[in-house]
Amino acid sequence: MRKLCNSLKEAIEKSGLRDGMTISFHHHLRNGDYVLNMVLEEIAALGIKDLTVNASSLFDCHEPLLGHIENGVVTGLETDYMSSGIGGPISRGVLAKPVVFRSHGARPAQILDGTSHIDVAFVAAPASDPMGNCSGKYGPSACGSLGYAFPDAMKADKVVVVTDDLMDYPLTDASITEDYVDYVVKVDAIGNPKGIVSGTTRMPKDPIALKIAELAAQAIDASGLLKDGFSFQTGAGGASLAVADYVKRIMLKRNIKGSFALGGITGYMVDMLEAGCFQAIQDVQCFDLQAVQSIREDPRHMEITAAQYASPKAKSSAASNLDVVVLGATEIDTNFNVNVHTDSNGCIIGGSGGHTDVAEEAKLTVIVAPLSRARMSIVVDKVLTVSTPGSSVDMLVTQYGIAVNPARPDLEAAMKAARLPVKDIRQLRDMAVALNGPAKPYARTSDRVVANVLARDGSLQDVIYQVK
Amino acid sequence: MRRTMLFLPSNNPNMICNGGLLGADSLIFDLEDAVAPDQKDAARELLKNALGSLNFGKCEIIVRINGLDTPYWEEDLEYILPLKPDMIMPPKVSGGDYIRTLDQKLTELEAKFGIPVGSTKILALLETAQGVENAYEIARASKRMMGLFLGAEDLSADLRCKRTKEGSEILYARGRLVCAARAAGIEVYDTPFTDVQDLDGLEKDAQFAKGLGFSGKACISPAHVDTVNRVFSPTPADIQYAKDVFAVIAEAKRLGKGAISLRGKMIDAPIVQRARLVLEAASEIEGVDYFAETV
Amino acid sequence: MDIKREAMAGTLESSDICVTVQPAAEGIRIDLNSTVENYYGDSIRETIGAVLQELGVRNALVSAVDHGALDCTIRARVTTAVKRASREEPQK
Repeated sequence: MRKLCNSLKEAIEKSGLRDGMTISFHHHLRNGDYVLNMVLEEIAALGIKDLTVNASSLFDCHEPLLGHIENGVVTGLETDYMSSGIGGPISRGVLAKPVVFRSHGARPAQILDGTSHIDVAFVAAPASDPMGNCSGKYGPSACGSLGYAFPDAMKADKVVVVTDDLMDYPLTDASITEDYVDYVVKVDAIGNPKGIVSGTTRMPKDPIALKIAELAAQAIDASGLLKDGFSFQTGAGGASLAVADYVKRIMLKRNIKGSFALGGITGYMVDMLEAGCFQAIQDVQCFDLQAVQSIREDPRHMEITAAQYASPKAKSSAASNLDVVVLGATEIDTNFNVNVHTDSNGCIIGGSGGHTDVAEEAKLTVIVAPLSRARMSIVVDKVLTVSTPGSSVDMLVTQYGIAVNPARPDLEAAMKAARLPVKDIRQLRDMAVALNGPAKPYARTSDRVVANVLARDGSLQDVIYQVK
Repeated sequence: MRRTMLFLPSNNPNMICNGGLLGADSLIFDLEDAVAPDQKDAARELLKNALGSLNFGKCEIIVRINGLDTPYWEEDLEYILPLKPDMIMPPKVSGGDYIRTLDQKLTELEAKFGIPVGSTKILALLETAQGVENAYEIARASKRMMGLFLGAEDLSADLRCKRTKEGSEILYARGRLVCAARAAGIEVYDTPFTDVQDLDGLEKDAQFAKGLGFSGKACISPAHVDTVNRVFSPTPADIQYAKDVFAVIAEAKRLGKGAISLRGKMIDAPIVQRARLVLEAASEIEGVDYFAETV
Repeated sequence: MDIKREAMAGTLESSDICVTVQPAAEGIRIDLNSTVENYYGDSIRETIGAVLQELGVRNALVSAVDHGALDCTIRARVTTAVKRASREEPQK
């Protein structure tokens, strides 16, 4: 049986791709990905049209997608995150059908239960053998964990592995195995290594971000969760990442033996593993070279699938075992609803990613954010888009103090007992207004819906309107 | 209490807006070295507007004006004084006359702007060999004089030596300033540590300055504020000792004893004064009234 | 004050506003490009106008590129630009 194709064109033809079908991609090559663009270019050249693209995330490097939308090759988009380079044009209405936004946990849930059907999955793999046993840990374009690719590989009607490092059969440390793969294609490069993972993740230098991070670490400590068996997840940059550093200092000082770190993994988490702060890392995505090396070499650093990570339909998930998560926000309102889809002008600049999932599942969800950014208040009366409902959010930490969700009086008491600065969230909103000056209320300029934001259970959580 | 004084460039809106949150006891808004000559006007205008509308919390406001040998200093004061800064920091102070000239100008402007005459204080920046030698005279040159501040970068240039982290080259200057300030009954502040990343070096430098008797230390980076605050704050042991001193005094009063001793040492006026300063600082830092417990 | 020449104040950095003032034949014209147009556009134009009026400027073309400057910063930058633009000779 010969799965190896001579070209992407051949693989696409063999897959039986037709007009109106759904194709999928994972986003482990991040802003260095070449595969999505290469595949769509071939598809367009073959004259295939009206496709839906289900990509776990989209980045600025996927800008050629806009041309395919204009030409009718792509008429539907489903994703968990889209950077502003794609989000801007989408917000301005280039796509006729509304985008479907899911979370990183709901996407695999709906693929695996059949709600979200994929005709052809294109799995970019940094290393693969000719039968499709493939991995993200090896090769010049190594990206580490292939977490988000698993549901696609398992359920799509046809699976095409695209690699730039063809290895001898059998690839012994395969993540996705040959029993799921239909075709294998070797290309010159699946992506630009510099865009795939950052060399090193750097701590922020902004003194306000550091102040917020330090306060957040103190809040986590005061919550009582920071003890032996502690499990933890943070974002990959800014104040979120800095929190990890402050938490690490506390853990090392008090010799706390945590259980696992989860995420989105950076070298900082690897450092914490190696320092003995955690017994394991559960990794759904690697952000830097240090994380890639660690997942390859350290048996305590686990690759987990997207469903294992955060599917609401999983029998249990890593997220459902999580103690504390630290997340960001572009906006948070007085009911603690968080917006990570749009900026203050209603323009799409992101998406839930794993935000909504982990916020709901974790015992303690901490949002870290400055009170305002360049005159834009983070704390508002009502968010423009509900990405994560307030019921999932326990506290907001800003440089002016901590606001605790009224549903958690136990937490507020703990913060006060630790003499941490506690403020009512409406007080924080008022401080932002006092600092920035009263603003004109946001006026929606269009009633046309450009995106549907689905809740974890698949129901409609919110919509995003077109902006000028 | 002035454990930390953080330098902020006056022409930078972002830094000014966040200044009050960085944990420093005092903010030094710099119109001198941090502002290019062709932007002095913009910096004055921005500082004037910022001081008039932003809230800096409990931070003391200090403005470093341009030197009296420049064409800028008088306009600096014209712009800033109506905003009632707590202190003016003149740079490159060489001798008593310098302070007297500044004093006169401040009096003139306070009267002009309806500010209580004498309320604007002076923190003199000594960064030349002459300034160091004339430290005692400078410290006594005006009733507005609140403190001496050492500027080691420019000083080492004047001394024709290299500035080092270890600091032997400024040892005499440090000692001289502390002595002069204390002899004149005013405060004294140490030069900032210039390696932003080296927090261990900063800690050593700050501890050394504290050991010499400095009241506090300036910082050129927000990242340094926490360390310097900690070094110049009373330690739990200091606080306990101070409480013990007052306890033993109260006990002696009750028993009608004359001579008081604690742990084998005579408690005389300087020790009581030091204990009082410690409890005052601790009370302010922690928002707790330590004196209530001593009654 | 009379606007005699073109002059600029401020920078393009976050929380600042870059203001350029030029002579104009008649009246005040304000061209604003702001990251917070939807929320503060009108208020910024009003502030600029108010400062011009306070300084006695009746004819000027003001172009401003704003990155979320607070009111006090806007006032400062406009004032500085106007003062520079109304000087007899270029600043030394």
